[in-house]
Amino acid sequence: MKSKEIAVKKIAAHFDINYTRYIDATGKPVQALPKDADKATLIALYHALVRTRTFDAKAVALQRTGRLGTYASSIGQEAVSIGAASAMRPDDIFIPSFREHGGQLWRGSTPTELFLYWGSDERGNYFAKAPYDFPNCVPVGSHAPHAAGVALALKLRNEPRAVVCVFGDGATSKGDVYEGMNFAGVWKLPVVFVISNNQWAISVPRNEQSAAQTLAQKAIAAGIPGEQVDGDDVVAVRAVVGAALERARKGEGAHVIEAVTYRLGDHTTADDASRYRKDSEVTPHWQEEPVKRLHQYLTTAGFWNKNDEDNLLKQVNAEIDAAAEAYLATPAPDPAVMFDYTYAKLPAELQAQKQAMLKSLLSARGRQAAE
Amino acid sequence: MTETTLVQAVNLALARAMTEDKRVIILGEDVGRDGGVFRATDGLYARFGAERVRDTPMSEAGIGGISVGLAAAGFKPVAEIQFTGFIFPVIDQINNHASRFRTRTHGHLSCPMVVRAPCGGGIHAPEHHSESPEAMFTNIPGLRVIIPSSPRRAYGLLLAAIRGSDPVVFMEPTKLYRGAREEMTDDGKALPVDRCFVLREGKDVTLVAWGAMVPEVLVTAAQWETKGVSAEVIDVATLKPLDAETIINSVKKTGRCVIVHEAPLTGGFGGEIAARVAEGAFSSLLAPIERVAGYDTVMPLPKLENIYLPDAARIGSAIERAMAYA
Repeated sequence: MKSKEIAVKKIAAHFDINYTRYIDATGKPVQALPKDADKATLIALYHALVRTRTFDAKAVALQRTGRLGTYASSIGQEAVSIGAASAMRPDDIFIPSFREHGGQLWRGSTPTELFLYWGSDERGNYFAKAPYDFPNCVPVGSHAPHAAGVALALKLRNEPRAVVCVFGDGATSKGDVYEGMNFAGVWKLPVVFVISNNQWAISVPRNEQSAAQTLAQKAIAAGIPGEQVDGDDVVAVRAVVGAALERARKGEGAHVIEAVTYRLGDHTTADDASRYRKDSEVTPHWQEEPVKRLHQYLTTAGFWNKNDEDNLLKQVNAEIDAAAEAYLATPAPDPAVMFDYTYAKLPAELQAQKQAMLKSLLSARGRQAAE
Repeated sequence: MTETTLVQAVNLALARAMTEDKRVIILGEDVGRDGGVFRATDGLYARFGAERVRDTPMSEAGIGGISVGLAAAGFKPVAEIQFTGFIFPVIDQINNHASRFRTRTHGHLSCPMVVRAPCGGGIHAPEHHSESPEAMFTNIPGLRVIIPSSPRRAYGLLLAAIRGSDPVVFMEPTKLYRGAREEMTDDGKALPVDRCFVLREGKDVTLVAWGAMVPEVLVTAAQWETKGVSAEVIDVATLKPLDAETIINSVKKTGRCVIVHEAPLTGGFGGEIAARVAEGAFSSLLAPIERVAGYDTVMPLPKLENIYLPDAARIGSAIERAMAYA
């Protein structure tokens, strides 16, 4: 030992993870609501929750009757993406996972577009009213670096816009997610990562996903703030994401928000959650879910009555039914599209493959007609 | 006029592309202040600044994903992966995202980005620094795969790659970085990315190669000229999409085909070319199609790498076998 100094233990770094909630599971406010969460806003949020749940039920019904592909229901966790999307400005960019129907609908994607996507048609992968939003990302967590890249683009162009990227608890175990957060930290990028922690990654529960006390603290390693929010409280999600977006737009960098929620349904329509979790675990969460909670709050506050509820249900059912009809009436895509966007300009060899496909389709149709 | 090495040609193309298009952003490990481990980005940080020449964290998947986001949001990222041995985490981003964004969104979003990576053996590099994984990329729809074999082609093809609108994996043979040199001018002229290059005309056998195998094949062709065998040499250069037509037309003329690549034989891109030749020039073939490739082994460490890599002797044996069929 060169030095005679006595080594002492000291705290080299210190962090806390805050948890925010405004409305508890019974619909009671636990603190004064944010000023901008006025009556009109709360009703708009409630409308979005009910609309999303209606979309969800319709999608599952279509799938069960063979008219939609495999579908990932968002039941129980609608408040996460709706809360986040409602905090965004229209020209911010939303980069979802694949369970953020509520956020997509809020951003102007139409139910018909979403049905098209889940009905296995690429025309549901881009949105007329949200042209810069990314399509769903199926390879889990691989879109976190995209969000950092888009945020870098915004920053380089000095645009006062920001990115919201949503992924699940399972995604936080992936290197991609850390890499995205790390870039966002090092380069102080305007991006908010929202972890929609629904406690289950298909059959693997949260406590087998990570030994970390919270998922929000994964931000700390990337040098950015992380916090938790009650993911079933849409007002709370909107408030914390809004504050993080405000920081991002001011050039103060990225943020991680873990929205703690619960997946009330199966992972997808191809999954059977009863194989790995008991109903007794699920049941209590029905007492905390976001629609019921906000309904209770609105009713108690005198903002909502049965008549309003009936009118809302009638309206969203009509809208979603019409969207489903429009989806079902959409003609199948032109087979040529599988070639047309592969390259900016179709290479000669693909041109030849395309012609061969069209020829074989024609002769198949000819044979069918002859029979 | 002084000669330019392949790595200098890459540097000139990058500088030219950055000058002509403000959307071009270079990113990668050590590409900034250090100028890249092979100096491919030398001087660019000083010239274009830290915003546009970005040193990244040690994060290959992140570099790939950041590039996807940047490209989809209107920039033209040129990412450097330090060696192809470290490119595997990026394949997820290239395969699942960069190469299919345009198709997924019917042209609403796309990923015009270039991933550059040094490839191949022959420079006595450590483990994982000498791989030739081009065939892992040539099976990815929507992607372009380019491997230059000379300074001029490196310059012109890299310019074309950056100016284009498709995602490109651009593999640069380390052996040629300083081993290949020629006179060239920084004239801003791109080369076509949809044609093979016929480097030498011949009538008895077609030798098909790319990357660091091209000089090897040219040497072999010159040797066999003295033995009375006239070899045509084709540098594929743009492996995907493939210009099979030029190769097929050549084999129709010569009747014999020898394909040479560093990557392992099985599943190598030579198999694809052999299939195209068999389909397109079957009735002209005088001899079985020959492939001279790396062995189906792990790329050996430098003490054995020259035994692994195809050379004039192995290529010559293949020519000899092909010529035995009259």
